[in-house]
Amino acid sequence: MAEQVSAARRAEATGRGVAGAAEVGATDAVLAAALLMVDPAGLGGVRVQAQAGPVRDAWLALVRSLVPEGVPLRRLPQHASDDRLIGGIDLPATLAAGRPVLQQGLLASADGGLLLAAMAERLSATTAAHLTAVLDQGLVRVERDGITALTPSRLAVVAFDEALPDDPPLSPALADRLGLWLDLSATAWRDAPQPDAELAANVQQARAALPGVRVGDDLVQALCAATLALGVDSPRAAWFAVRAARASAALFGRAAATADDAALAARLVLGPRATRWPPEPEQPEQPEPPEPPEEEAAPPPDRPPEPPPEAPEPPAPGELEDQVVDAALAAIPAGLLARLASGEHAADRRSLAGRAGAVSASRQRGRPLGARRGVPQGGARLHLTATLRAAAPWQRVRRLMEASAAATAGPVAAPPVPAGDAPAPARVLVRADDFHVRRFEQRRTTTTVFAVDASGSSALYRLAEAKGAVELLLAECYVRRDQVAVITFRGLAAEVLLPPTRSLVRAKRALAGLPGGGGTPLAAGLEAAARMAEQVRRSGSTPVVVILTDGRANVSRNGQGGRAQAQQDALAAARRLRALGGHTLLVDTSVRPEPAALALAVALGARYLALPQADAALLSRAVGGRRGR
Amino acid sequence: MSNTFPFSAIVGQDEMKLAILVAAVDPSVGGVLIFGDRGTGKSTAVRALAALLPKMRTVVGCRYGCDPARPFCGAKGCAAQQAGKSALVPVPVVDLPLGATEDRVVGALDIEKALTQGTKSFEPGLLARANRGFLYIDEVNLLEDHLVDLLIDVAASGENVVEREGLSVRHPARFVLVGSGNPEEGELRPQLLDRFGLAVDVKTPTDLPTRVEVIKRRDAYERDPAAFIALWKKDEDKTRKRIVAARERLPEVQVPDSALERTAQLCMALGTDGLRGELTVMRAARSLAALDGAPVVGDEQIRRIARPALRHRLRRDPLDDTDATVRVDRVLSELFPA
Repeated sequence: MAEQVSAARRAEATGRGVAGAAEVGATDAVLAAALLMVDPAGLGGVRVQAQAGPVRDAWLALVRSLVPEGVPLRRLPQHASDDRLIGGIDLPATLAAGRPVLQQGLLASADGGLLLAAMAERLSATTAAHLTAVLDQGLVRVERDGITALTPSRLAVVAFDEALPDDPPLSPALADRLGLWLDLSATAWRDAPQPDAELAANVQQARAALPGVRVGDDLVQALCAATLALGVDSPRAAWFAVRAARASAALFGRAAATADDAALAARLVLGPRATRWPPEPEQPEQPEPPEPPEEEAAPPPDRPPEPPPEAPEPPAPGELEDQVVDAALAAIPAGLLARLASGEHAADRRSLAGRAGAVSASRQRGRPLGARRGVPQGGARLHLTATLRAAAPWQRVRRLMEASAAATAGPVAAPPVPAGDAPAPARVLVRADDFHVRRFEQRRTTTTVFAVDASGSSALYRLAEAKGAVELLLAECYVRRDQVAVITFRGLAAEVLLPPTRSLVRAKRALAGLPGGGGTPLAAGLEAAARMAEQVRRSGSTPVVVILTDGRANVSRNGQGGRAQAQQDALAAARRLRALGGHTLLVDTSVRPEPAALALAVALGARYLALPQADAALLSRAVGGRRGR
Repeated sequence: MSNTFPFSAIVGQDEMKLAILVAAVDPSVGGVLIFGDRGTGKSTAVRALAALLPKMRTVVGCRYGCDPARPFCGAKGCAAQQAGKSALVPVPVVDLPLGATEDRVVGALDIEKALTQGTKSFEPGLLARANRGFLYIDEVNLLEDHLVDLLIDVAASGENVVEREGLSVRHPARFVLVGSGNPEEGELRPQLLDRFGLAVDVKTPTDLPTRVEVIKRRDAYERDPAAFIALWKKDEDKTRKRIVAARERLPEVQVPDSALERTAQLCMALGTDGLRGELTVMRAARSLAALDGAPVVGDEQIRRIARPALRHRLRRDPLDDTDATVRVDRVLSELFPA
């Protein structure tokens, strides 16, 4: 019975998802824009999943039409630097005033309004972190360039998330702080929202009415229960749902939020965040054990009395929760709904790996590190604060010198600047040797490329041991925060088993599934290693190539058998790899030290290490030594 | 800004609150690292500290907030030498925002004075401001590496040495480092991880009453911060008194040899590196005993503090995905059966 009910409910919701998603999307898009403008800072912002296009433009135009007079609306450029974003030193004003003057950043100037970020998924981790800090604290903290400032900024971020399924997603930390999630990708052009003067007037009234609007305990309870049912983990989501319900009530001119407001909140806040299908209640399990949240901070009796809920007729708690959950489910796009129903995890999980990669990518471009003495030329950028600091102590002396120089030059020279008691010096005397330029950190990561011989001759005896050794090395690489890549060669060709990664779990899995047997296409393996090393170098990392083989090639470069040709090809490939430069380690995996492997090591210019007992620790030390330099 | 959510009003997250209190009672425990799920009140808890902690006595006019009871620190700009007046001030809880530049962190030449008066004077940075208090870094895992290096050095020595722009200044910078972040956005460098005495793992609450309570309290706070703070004043006062009493008791708390042995057993069973783990467990357990009002450190305190004191010190086996907390719990249940 319960199963039937469950199936019916699921089918109904799924059907509605398919037919209704676009429709729900269209009307809810208007409401989302309105709620956002009713309570921008309270909702944190909106994540809009949509590619650039007319629908998105129409939605944005709607938002603009709702923005009241005098409320700022700023665009966040993709690669805004820290000093533009959070503020920094104001060059002309600083020079004129003779003391550091703050130039407000974008975040401060958007106070009270909206900040629009196109392609928000491509924002660097640092930019995203600045945004989350402002959204959390409602103020911008500047500790830069000799300036300390605290500027209030209560803003909302409109993040256009254009990530395709395989792209790294929007920063989860930022997404968590954007209350409303809106998916416009399924909305047809004819359903695109239109600017609406009446709505704008309602928004204005709602903004004024918002502080007085109440959200009853039953609604709070229902929304929180819905977060649990839908697997929405972050407590922020529940909070935003409550805020959205309040904004909705204000928008519709109600003094207290109703079930309809909660349903809208569920559609815009909770539904898109759902990570699982709500568990079916077998019986209406009403009496949740109402244990107090904690002993220590149990609500004291003198809590301010909650006013009685003004909702017309409060439905039973369980019923209300069901309404809210159903509303949330209605807002989930059909594809996602099907995935949830089938028990697959929601898209949110994929985010983890992608973001970590993005962090490392942004590090490779170099972080500002400070200043060094130098002239700003050849691409080096002037570091103003450091330059001023260098010039500052000399001002008095230089003025005196200038004055005396002027005096000797002739009586018609400019009047000398009074040295001591001038209230504000006209200008700062900067000499060439005061100049400082910005220094960027060049973070040199190392990528260890393992080329593992998995051929029959190696595999028979040693493959398992080689795997063990590589696993140990992987662990070491992890500790040193190196990347690793694994290439394997057997049969006729080489194969990239694992592109450069930091994920140990992936590396481990790749190795575990490594099959053995077949010929030894050593030349192909070395070439693949060389290609990988080159690629690693291009991405700004230093390659270290570790080759595990017995050196007995028997498949030539073009895939033919024949030991002699194969050996020749291998040696030629080894010399090419050597010509690329960089460090190479050859680990001889044969039972007794193998002359062919030694010859190969010589051709590679590699350090040779015989592995009589597959001593993983020794191997690890050897690689560590290579890498340590 | 002057209003912060009261510490006592944070729902649940007992381990986080415990770790912060332990570090507040005895700063020598080392810093506190709060890692975990989003939206769990990590930064709220730390920012709430400033209002919670009892005020401290400083020398009036000292730029480093020096303690009049301590001998003169010897730094330029420290007024303690004059043996002037002293005053009670709030314990500093200093935010180190992302994007801070090195000159503001360590301090630098005061441009304004140099330009207008031609004098070379030192403008103290965040480290000076944090002296005797807390230095808080949100999203600590995103902090730039050169700032991390600098922090590691200062946190270890308790002294900030500035050698730049012709300045040569050293001043005390003893602070409790508090970091928070989400491990999904990047991991922490092992050296920095090691600087934190306690590491707390915060998880999002999964039961309905707790979730509802979180929302209700936040709602009440945002509606009327002043009224909410007034409502919780009694609890805050109680917590504050507990800290003050614990600090007074701390020197008298006994750490018997048996407790040291138990700690050593625990660390050996877990295979933690070095002595720092044992030292932290011992200090934190002592601080906890002081908070509890217990005269002697016992198994009870060791058991309660073991997780935050040790979970980040386990040797990482990247090929074993077992959660560090689980590993600590496993050993705890063997050695310290409840």
